[in-house]
Amino acid sequence: MALLEIKNLHVEVDGKQILNGLSLAVEKGQIAAIMGPNGSGKSTLAHVLAGKADYEVTSGQVLFNGEDLLAMSPDERAAKGMFLAFQYPLEIPGVATMTFLRTALNAQRKKRGEEELSPPDFNRRVFDVAAKLEIDRDMLRRGVNVGFSGGEKKRNEVLQMALLEPKLCVLDETDSGLDIDALKVVAEGVNRLRSPERSFVLITHYQRLLNYIIPDVVHVLSRGRIARSGGKELAHELEARGYAQYQEELAS
Amino acid sequence: MPAVQETVDQVRRIDVDQYKYGFETLIESDKAPRGLNDDVIRFISAKKNEPQWMLDWRLEAYRRWQTMREPTWAKVHYPPIDYQDLYYYSAPKKKDGPKSLDEIDPEILETYRKLGIPLREQEVLLGVQRPAGDDADGEGQTNGKRVAVDAVFDSVSVATTFKEELGKAGVLFMPISEALQEHPELVKKYLGTVVPVTDNFFATLNSAVFSDGSFVYVPPGVRCPMELSTYFRINERNTGQFERTLIIADKGSYVSYLEGCTAPSRDENQLHAAVVELIALDDAEIKYSTIQNWYPGDREGKGGVYNFVTKRGDCRGARSKISWTQLETGSAITWKYPSCILRGDDSRGEFYSIAISNGHQQVDSGTKMLHLGKNTISRIISKGIAAGKSQNTYRGLVSAHRKAKNARNFTNCDSLLIGEKCGAHTVPYIEAKNSSAVIEHEATTSKISEDTLFYCMQRGLSQEEAVALVVNGFVKDVLQTLPMEFAVEAQKLISVSLEGSVG
Ligand SMILES: Nc1ncnc2c1ncn2[C@@H]1O[C@H](COP(=O)(O)OP(=O)(O)OP(=O)(O)O)[C@@H](O)[C@H]1O
Ligand SMILES: [Mg+2]
Repeated sequence: MALLEIKNLHVEVDGKQILNGLSLAVEKGQIAAIMGPNGSGKSTLAHVLAGKADYEVTSGQVLFNGEDLLAMSPDERAAKGMFLAFQYPLEIPGVATMTFLRTALNAQRKKRGEEELSPPDFNRRVFDVAAKLEIDRDMLRRGVNVGFSGGEKKRNEVLQMALLEPKLCVLDETDSGLDIDALKVVAEGVNRLRSPERSFVLITHYQRLLNYIIPDVVHVLSRGRIARSGGKELAHELEARGYAQYQEELAS
Repeated sequence: MPAVQETVDQVRRIDVDQYKYGFETLIESDKAPRGLNDDVIRFISAKKNEPQWMLDWRLEAYRRWQTMREPTWAKVHYPPIDYQDLYYYSAPKKKDGPKSLDEIDPEILETYRKLGIPLREQEVLLGVQRPAGDDADGEGQTNGKRVAVDAVFDSVSVATTFKEELGKAGVLFMPISEALQEHPELVKKYLGTVVPVTDNFFATLNSAVFSDGSFVYVPPGVRCPMELSTYFRINERNTGQFERTLIIADKGSYVSYLEGCTAPSRDENQLHAAVVELIALDDAEIKYSTIQNWYPGDREGKGGVYNFVTKRGDCRGARSKISWTQLETGSAITWKYPSCILRGDDSRGEFYSIAISNGHQQVDSGTKMLHLGKNTISRIISKGIAAGKSQNTYRGLVSAHRKAKNARNFTNCDSLLIGEKCGAHTVPYIEAKNSSAVIEHEATTSKISEDTLFYCMQRGLSQEEAVALVVNGFVKDVLQTLPMEFAVEAQKLISVSLEGSVG
């Protein structure tokens, strides 16, 4: 069964049609890459999946593990295993990253009827994951993303993902703004999380990321719908030829 | 365990023990007739067996008060108060209390539960009457941390604990009515020297009718061995509350005083006009912390406590220091400006404030830092959070006197708005009468961002948890200045007071 199934999704923002009959299925354990020109609706899709307000779903359906995802609040979705690594992570002044992580993890566990993690267990887990992502402890004491560099913010997203162990990880341009070493660290972080039970949607502009995280399938999103799907070689083709043909195909 | 819980333990014990102290007969009777006149003041003074000078002082205050007008400059609105319709003195009554928690409004119980206040303590807070001797296991010591309590029940302090230990250190901590009996010379020397009888309408009223409050004197060179804490509550219908607190830190001494309060829900507005005076002599330091959580009124804005307080500290000696920290979450109306007079050279004043308003609450609060001495330093960190349909005003004055060479002030005043229907206002007054003074003022107003809340919710926090987290981050700098035991409780209180503020 597909973990995520999007059927004929239409989404408007401020009366403007952004997603235009988008259909897409992501299988359990699958890594799907989504590529597409600027403004084609990739972040919109990610936000709609996570449940951001301001997006009006005018028609269509999204099933997550067979359940109606769109009927759930953002925090319910999170507790059920939906994770979004933000293209632009937010800053929360005065809230230590460590506190944020603990609050988030315990909130999810509580919603699932699980015990809160004891402080020593929690600390061990965070420090362990942080070390692998080369995030030093000093950063964990600072306010969430406050004064973090672009690359540090992205690594912090992956840290949260690794800690929360979601079922579906949507990464919105997590590779943008990373230097080549950081890209490898992040890619390894993602690869460590790969499992038959966990699926990924990688939104990216660059074939480069896909050298490190090999996708099972590549989708091209253009003008609010999937214009083409293919294997990982499709990414190479896009790199070489750009999106012009998809823009036209749809226009005609 | 948080301070207030401990405090409550203490109060509980006192509640049970008070018969031992022989208050029984007093408790039954005393209530002054409704309204205010010379006779009522004489009644109050006589009840407390006050010296003649105290009565004269009160009567003089009353004469002045009759010539004064209620101030209107604050950004708060309320129906006119009929001062002749209030009771000005009532001793605690044992009879009116509910018999069990079943008789209490479930909404209040829910709030208490969220604050993490154990059942037994809830009973105390709500004035549930249990047979004496039913429960007397409260020991004054938990987790090795100590808090001494001087309980104010309605208007009369009924007992004082930890007196012995404090006595060994030479610290005097007692109801002011008792201090008037035992140490009249100290009271006479300091009372009204920081907040003069004629200071303002509410302070003058308080001077005329104050019922009781705490008195603290820390002798030279003594570091007070424990946090001093007072627990106030209001539980008499239509009873004005006129607490009077006087704290004196003699040369080179140190004291930290905590004040916290919660009140049961009442439909009628309750007037509270307290006066707090702090005096720090050479090299002395006073730290005064408050958690104020009085009944703010119901959803429609009905009821709730009117809190008109005059709090002022006098850094009378050289190198003395006074710091105010407050977390204001309750009351329908808050009118409160804890201030510092920086009289001694090199003295230092601090004001750290978190003021949260929700529902229909109106807060007009801030501070005054009056620099009189040389090289005086003041620091103001104010965090105002407005939600619901509330109005939240910071009003501050920083003034540097002609002789206050090298006076320095730093003010940081941040407001956070939650929702569309509330308002935050900043009214800073600055007066520099000498050119060497350096006064810095920073202010920001921001809205709690939808994107930030969404980010938190995407990680699994509910909307309310997200708001609480963001707000706790916003106020962190001030929370850190609260004593540890208070800080934990403060955090919970912030979450509870912001409930229903979004969505
Ligand atoms: N709140 C909004 N109001 C109006 N238009 C919006 C709003 N949010 C997004 N859009 C528009 O929707 C379109 C899709 O935006 P989206 O962010 O989903 O694109 P994207 O594919 O992620 O682009 P990029 O590759 O640049 O990140 C854009 O034209 C954008 O301007
Ligand atoms: Mg985007």
